[in-house]
Amino acid sequence: MNVIEFNKLTKYYGDVKGCKDVDFNVKEGEIFGFIGPNGAGKSTTIRTMLSLIYPTSGSVTIFGKDAIEFGAEVRAEIGYLPSEIFYYDKMKVIDLLNYSASFYNKDCSARIQELSEIMELDLNRKIEDLSYGNKKKVGIVQGLLHSPKLLILDEPTSGLDPLMQQKFFNLISEENKKGATVLFSSHILSEVQQLCNRVAIIKEGEIVSIQDVKALKNDTYKKFTVRGVKLNHGKFNIDGVTNLVERDDKVSFFFKGNVNDIVKIIAGLELSDILVEEPTLEEIFMHYYE
Amino acid sequence: MNIFKFELGMMKKSIFLWTFFVPFGLVFYMLFFPMMQGDTETFQSLMDSFPEEFLAFFGMSSELPVFSLLGYFGLSFGMIQIPLAIQASNYGFHILSVEERELTADFLLSKPISRGKILFSKYLAALTSLTIVNIAVWISSLLVLLVIKGDESPNFTNVNLVLSTTVFFQLAFFSIGLLISVSIKKVSSVLSFSMALGFGMFLLSSFGSILSSNIFKILTPYSHFDPEYILINGHYDWRLAIISILIIIISIPLSYFLYKNRNIASL
Repeated sequence: MNVIEFNKLTKYYGDVKGCKDVDFNVKEGEIFGFIGPNGAGKSTTIRTMLSLIYPTSGSVTIFGKDAIEFGAEVRAEIGYLPSEIFYYDKMKVIDLLNYSASFYNKDCSARIQELSEIMELDLNRKIEDLSYGNKKKVGIVQGLLHSPKLLILDEPTSGLDPLMQQKFFNLISEENKKGATVLFSSHILSEVQQLCNRVAIIKEGEIVSIQDVKALKNDTYKKFTVRGVKLNHGKFNIDGVTNLVERDDKVSFFFKGNVNDIVKIIAGLELSDILVEEPTLEEIFMHYYE
Repeated sequence: MNIFKFELGMMKKSIFLWTFFVPFGLVFYMLFFPMMQGDTETFQSLMDSFPEEFLAFFGMSSELPVFSLLGYFGLSFGMIQIPLAIQASNYGFHILSVEERELTADFLLSKPISRGKILFSKYLAALTSLTIVNIAVWISSLLVLLVIKGDESPNFTNVNLVLSTTVFFQLAFFSIGLLISVSIKKVSSVLSFSMALGFGMFLLSSFGSILSSNIFKILTPYSHFDPEYILINGHYDWRLAIISILIIIISIPLSYFLYKNRNIASL
């Protein structure tokens, strides 16, 4: 079953394109990555799902219901963490969280305690006294406290130190195991690689690719780095080679194809070192952004 | 209900300040009255030396002389209409736009609640705050009149009629502020917007009085609920009052429509 269905979602701000013909589905129980550089249209797409902004054309369906028409109903099962966290500055953290909980028809107090212990959040401080990272923690607790069926996380890790980031990832994995579907937007591919099943890549407002993370990693891309002397002779420039960087003492490139072709070239060379690696997702995706 | 309570909580300080200072201003003005009373003749000759237009600008007329108790009350009440207008416009401009300006809209509007309910709750919270100030003005007006009336027996029916305009007067300014705030892209400074509306409309009504111009009077709620007119005639100037009341009524569905279809800005 699809939890989210985008149907040719398009949003223009006047003449400026926010996103165009966004069209993909997120299945129940999935952790779906949404990747793109800043300004690619991730937040525009996400904010349309919450009817903070309205599409120019197309639609979004969440839990089988139109996200605009049944907005309030749909949002009861959504936990949203915005990319920029702003709350009522004068409030104490606990008051804000209780206010947030008051919108849902359930008792969330135990969950608030539990989550803030995990995230090491001081509930008695004022929002205005919090650092950026601590505000982010408030956002995380605020987004999870009502145990939503769908988590929408817009660049959730910015401002979190690596330890907190790991705790946060564990939290998300747990929620996911309990049945929550997750839409995870980010411009950092390694975190998506760690967490997600599938990813959509957005560039200049349009989805350029939707891929299975595992399949992508198992793709036959190899990253070669060879060292030696007088290597800069252009012999490596064959079919299947990309991202070729040639220097006299070092050549590096990606290769997708029959590895024997490369081995034949290398066989005739005097090398001091050779390294063959799996490229990171970051490196594979780089060409979408160029 | 939670939004209503929350909004009232956020307004606590503002309610307290306005509830204290507006009646204080009125009482302060009114307490000067006994001093004037001792020297009626001087004031009469002073008034006579001014042209009627000049007096009109400051909300005075020869029909209801300023040195009579109710004439003085009318003038004082006209003065405290300015802070009442500023407060009401302030709430109008502020109450929805604050979420966008301070970027808390992503928090509130992503909750399972419709924008209609948000508007309704906030409207009710603002109305409650305005009513608290209204009641304070009402009570302090009656009290100060009782204290300074001396041997006079002023027409309290007319005084109550003047005081009853406050709710419409406040709601008219609130509605205009609200409507503007959902019509424009961003309310950059609530204070300057509400000062401009509060004072601007006052000037407009003053000019309307000088020029006896109906066009100016149509435009500003100050003229719609002119205290002097009511004190003299014993009833609202309905031809004008109805305009404010229409603004209040029309602004509700219109603000709702504009707010409901609004694209909420973010960083």
